[in-house]
Amino acid sequence: MTDGAPLASTVDARVRALTERVRKGEPSAVARALTLVENREPVAAALLHELWPDTGRAWRLGITGPPGAGKSTLVAALIAHFRKSGRTVGVIAVDPSSPFTGGALLGDRVRMGVAHGDSGVFIRSMASRGDLGGLCASAQEACDVLDASGKDVILIETVGVGQTEVEVVHAADSIVVVLHPEAGDAVQAMKAGLMEIADVYAVNKADRPGADRLEQEILGMLGLRPHGADTWLPPVVRVVSTTTVGVPDLVAALEKHRAHQNQTSGTDSRRVRRIEQRIRLLVESEMRSRLFGRPEAAARLAALVADVRAGRTTPYGAASHILPGNEP
Amino acid sequence: MTERKIRVLVCKPGLDGHDRGAKVVAAALRDAGMEVIYTGLRQTPSMIVESAMQEDVDAIGLSMHSAAHMTIFPKVLQLLNEKGLQHILLTGGGVIPDEDIVALSTLGVGRLFGPGTPMADIAVYVKDEVGRRRAERSAAGVL
Repeated sequence: MTDGAPLASTVDARVRALTERVRKGEPSAVARALTLVENREPVAAALLHELWPDTGRAWRLGITGPPGAGKSTLVAALIAHFRKSGRTVGVIAVDPSSPFTGGALLGDRVRMGVAHGDSGVFIRSMASRGDLGGLCASAQEACDVLDASGKDVILIETVGVGQTEVEVVHAADSIVVVLHPEAGDAVQAMKAGLMEIADVYAVNKADRPGADRLEQEILGMLGLRPHGADTWLPPVVRVVSTTTVGVPDLVAALEKHRAHQNQTSGTDSRRVRRIEQRIRLLVESEMRSRLFGRPEAAARLAALVADVRAGRTTPYGAASHILPGNEP
Repeated sequence: MTERKIRVLVCKPGLDGHDRGAKVVAAALRDAGMEVIYTGLRQTPSMIVESAMQEDVDAIGLSMHSAAHMTIFPKVLQLLNEKGLQHILLTGGGVIPDEDIVALSTLGVGRLFGPGTPMADIAVYVKDEVGRRRAERSAAGVL
C-alpha cells in the first residue's frame, strides 16, 4: 500500500485479469490469489476489493479442536460427503509455524487423500505465521478468494487448539468442535473458550472406549448453560471419521444450525460482525504502516525514545505526539 | 507486507514406503524457515502436480528409492509444463545413479541429492534457485 493512497486504489490490469480467472474458478489463478493474500502483498487489497461482490455465497464451516482429535480426517470425510451431494468444496487447513525459525511443516494433506483430478475440491495448507488465534492472519481473506471462485462449502481447519484460540469464530458461519474420547478429562479444563464456541460437537473416534462418557460430560456441561426458547443448544454428534460413520448426521446437525441461524438472523449478525472486524483490522494495519512504516517515522520514534530516557517526556506523552492530529 | 515464504512440496511418489529421508529433508527445510507441505506416501505424478498447483509452491522435492526416477521425474516435469507451471523447481534425492542425474538434468530437473548430503546444502540450493526463479518471474511482470 502506498502512503496516502486510498485502499485498493490501484487496480492494474494484471489484478483485473487475475480476478477474472479467479471468478471462473481456474485453480492456478485461485492458488496465486491465495499466495498474494497470504503474503499481504500490496496488490492483495485491490484484488480482494475486486472479488468482494462475488463473496458471501459459500457456507463457511469452521473445524476446530485439540491436537490429534481427528480434524483433518473429519475434513476429508466431509469433503467426500459434500462431493457426493454435488457441492464443490474449498479447504483452508492451518498448521502452526515455528516461533523460532518461522518455518512450518504442513501435513494436513496427508489425511486428505481426496480423489485427485476432482476439480470440485481445492485444498490449501496455510501456516499460522505467528498468529495466536488458531488460524492465520489472512484466513478470512483466503476464504473470500475460495468463495469468489465459486466453491459451495468452505471448510476452515484450525491448528490443534487448547482453550482460547477461538479466532475461527470470526471466520465461519457454523463451528464444529471436534473432541475424542482420550481427551475426556480435558473437557473439564476446557469449559471456557473453545467449549463455548461450538455450534455442533463432534465426538470423533466414537468407536473407542470412553466415547459415552465424553458425550455425557459435554451434555452435562451444556445443561448448566443458561438458555431460552430461542437459544441454539449445540447437539453432540458421534462420528468415526475414518469410516465416515456419523458424518451424514453431523452435516444434518450443521444444516439445522444454519436453518436456526437464518430464522433468528444469527447468520446476519455473524456476518455483520465479520465485516465490522474486517474494516477495523484494515484501518488498524493501514494506520500502523502510516504511523510507523515510513523512514521518518522511525527517526521520530528514536527521538521520542531519547526524550523519554532524558526525562523530557514520558512514554504516554510520546505516544500522544505520534497520534494523528497531534503531529508537530 | 510480510516476507514471501518459500513453499516446498515434499512427496514420496509410487509404492515405496521408505519415507524417512523425505521426512528428514522436510524437517530440515522447515528448520531453514521454509513452509513445507508434506503429502505422505503413494503419490502419483498427477497428484503431485495438482497439489503443487493448489499450494502454489516454489519447489517440489521428490524422494526416490524405488529406481523409478527415470519414469517419475520426466512425467512430473511434463505435467508441470502442460499446466504452465514451469517456474516450479523440481528437485529431489535418494538413490539415483550419477548418469541418470545427468540425463534428468538435461531434461530440466534441478539438482538431485544423494545419501550423505548435508541438510544445509539442500536448503541453500533451494533458497538460491527459488530466489533466482522468483526474480525472473517478477522481472517478467508476473504477479
